[in-house]
Amino acid sequence: MIQAPDLPLWAAIIVGVFVLLGAVLTLIGAFGLIRFRSFYERVHAPTLGSTLGMICILIASITCFSTLQSRPVIHEILIAIFITLTTPVTLMLLARAALYRDRREGSGGIPDD
Amino acid sequence: MSTLFLALTITMAQIILGLAMACSAWRVLKGPRAQDRVLALDALYLAGMLLLLTYGIQTGRTLFFEAAFVIALLGFAGTVALAKFLMRGEVIE
Repeated sequence: MIQAPDLPLWAAIIVGVFVLLGAVLTLIGAFGLIRFRSFYERVHAPTLGSTLGMICILIASITCFSTLQSRPVIHEILIAIFITLTTPVTLMLLARAALYRDRREGSGGIPDD
Repeated sequence: MSTLFLALTITMAQIILGLAMACSAWRVLKGPRAQDRVLALDALYLAGMLLLLTYGIQTGRTLFFEAAFVIALLGFAGTVALAKFLMRGEVIE
């Protein structure tokens, strides 16, 4: 059940702190998804997890695998590049779709220009 | 000592990421409109991808990295298709 890689102390501290930090940031972002009232406020919240939270966990993963295999392992950067490129694209598409739907139905709560 | 510390922190991080997935799932179920559900689904698969990465750190296998990468790729395609559907009413024009 309880299982962890066998790392030296300095690497263990880096990995543990960054994994925990990334998880807490992702939880704060997901909690904002519940707390905020309108869609246009909510669209900002999960990006906390998809930028800083993701980068913290990827730093931990890079440190862990580089120490385990005693050579630099940086293929996690692929995920970082991909998520960083795609998150703004998807959220802009989604916000524009929501704006279009709200304007067509004439419902309130649309932010001013 | 360092193994115990790592096991505790990684398990705690997995529980926290599970809570984040639960928050997103609540918004998927509750969300008043379709765009709220799509946004929450986006956050849900991102938290799931991070959870798989922590499993990869825990077991020391690179298998989980590939699964996380596939989730990131397919989640992007899914969210873009859903946003396009909300905008136009069809995915491929």
